[in-house]
Amino acid sequence: MKKLINDPDAVVDEMIEGMCTAHDFRRLEGTTVVVRADAPLEGKVGIVSGGGSGHEPTHAGFIGDGMLDGAAAGEVFTSPTADQISEMIQACDGGEGVFCVIKNYEGDVMNFETAMEMAEMEAETEVESVVVDDDVAVEDSLYTSGRRGVAGTIFVHKVAGAMAHQGGGLSEIKRVAAKANEHVGTMGMALTSCVTPEKGEPTFELSAEEVELGIGIHGEPGTERTDVMSADEIADHLTEAVLEDLDLEGGTEVVTMVNGMGGTPLMELYVVNRRVQEIVGEAGLEVWDERVGDYMTSLDMMGCSITVLELDDELKELLAYPAETPGLTVVE
Amino acid sequence: MTDDSIDLETQADAVREAVRAADDRIADKKASLTELDSAIGDADHGANMTRGFGKATEQLEETDDHPADVVKTTGVALVSAVGGASGPLYGGSLMKASQELEDGLTPETTVAFAERYLETVESRGKASLGDKTMVDALTPAVHTYKKSIEVDGCAPLEALGKAVDAARRGVEFTTPLRAKKGRASYLGWRSVGHQDPGATSTLILLEELLAVATEHLDGEVDVDAEAEVDPEELETSVADDPEATGEDVSTSDDLPADGGD
Repeated sequence: MKKLINDPDAVVDEMIEGMCTAHDFRRLEGTTVVVRADAPLEGKVGIVSGGGSGHEPTHAGFIGDGMLDGAAAGEVFTSPTADQISEMIQACDGGEGVFCVIKNYEGDVMNFETAMEMAEMEAETEVESVVVDDDVAVEDSLYTSGRRGVAGTIFVHKVAGAMAHQGGGLSEIKRVAAKANEHVGTMGMALTSCVTPEKGEPTFELSAEEVELGIGIHGEPGTERTDVMSADEIADHLTEAVLEDLDLEGGTEVVTMVNGMGGTPLMELYVVNRRVQEIVGEAGLEVWDERVGDYMTSLDMMGCSITVLELDDELKELLAYPAETPGLTVVE
Repeated sequence: MTDDSIDLETQADAVREAVRAADDRIADKKASLTELDSAIGDADHGANMTRGFGKATEQLEETDDHPADVVKTTGVALVSAVGGASGPLYGGSLMKASQELEDGLTPETTVAFAERYLETVESRGKASLGDKTMVDALTPAVHTYKKSIEVDGCAPLEALGKAVDAARRGVEFTTPLRAKKGRASYLGWRSVGHQDPGATSTLILLEELLAVATEHLDGEVDVDAEAEVDPEELETSVADDPEATGEDVSTSDDLPADGGD
């Protein structure tokens, strides 16, 4: 398998080096944690996240004004360790405490929980967190109890980051982050598996005539394998599953996201988005904003996920608040 | 044993010795832990634990002469070097439970330590008894230790010996269970018939703790023959052959360790 990789063992390290020269980021020495160059911001609650690598731009790509202050990167598809997460928490504490956005995977949750205790013990840092579980495809999966945390996490980053930049305290941030998580749903699918640097071959086998529905972001199996479908049929299937889960009344305002899994041409994502908008319109929902692009990827997997977030005035205001990060920019 | 007779520095040395002993034993057992884990997990438990205890041993020199600090530093090392779920489960729980040892090692503080450790593993791993996890080795060990000290009035060494026996029976009991937590749970019924790797490594650590405690406290207490660390017995306790282990256990007690047959 041809890859732009020098050494599978060094891929996370070298990625972070490249990231830190490209953006206003600083790497905490001896770790794979990246924080904004000027962290901590005095008087603002720090917002941090983290997880396995291979989902870029998640999470470090959302470091910047209005979103994250820090992101801990683990090995590919592997949770970062608690000691590194704890260092990140302490590096992002500007005196008002730190809020952690955690995707619901057993390793991530345990390491973040341990890290929060370490930061409390070592530096008396005040910490709060939310565990994002937006994937409507599965109740329990290969790596989770409960639903998985996937692309809906980006909206939680945005909402929590905006609240922090407006001067919100830990409990306010937790409230809006939990609200966003409660009202968001996502479902994904794959045309191909992904190839991890270490293995160098596809994680699962998918023939040219098949697609996998309900996949996660680690090449873990989905809920259903079917014959290849058209872009419209796939968009129908995923969107309907998300809307059924959210169970929204007509007239509800929503934001939609068509997210690429890393190996999907943007052209195809727009084709999918075209159909998503038709279905959402037919369901009587008001689309307040649409996002199309690579936000939460699974290395080089071809496929997409569809996310719908139900809005209220507060969430709209927080989503509209300016943000400037490599992965997402919102201008006033 | 009256604990005020042993100063904190000596206690810290004994804990350091236990960490080194655990490091040696885990390294010896790396292959068999890996084998257990490849049957129902992702085959990295041996390597991860070896790396973790290697790091813990390296950091012993920097620890204060207080048992709580040695335990805490070991916990931090495990958290940073084991990774995955076992890092927070082993390391995070040691870190948290070390707070119970501020007054040094006494019958009371060690009971509190054991209870806090079990509690942390349960809440962090969201696992209960019978889920086929390290909780199945820990629960009988901690309950037996507490009961032996508080109800039976045993000396700590004797209580620890009984606790290790209880843990061993707990490990055997994981074999016939269907896993409900961790990666093994996704195998569903196929997880039945395999000994749990996390419960096994928990037993290994307890056995080393007992061996070191025996060296330090022997003479003050008559150690029950059962509690002596017999290398043959240890060999079978981490074997993955349920029949061999079932047979071994049935000689020393009457608990349902043969449930796997």
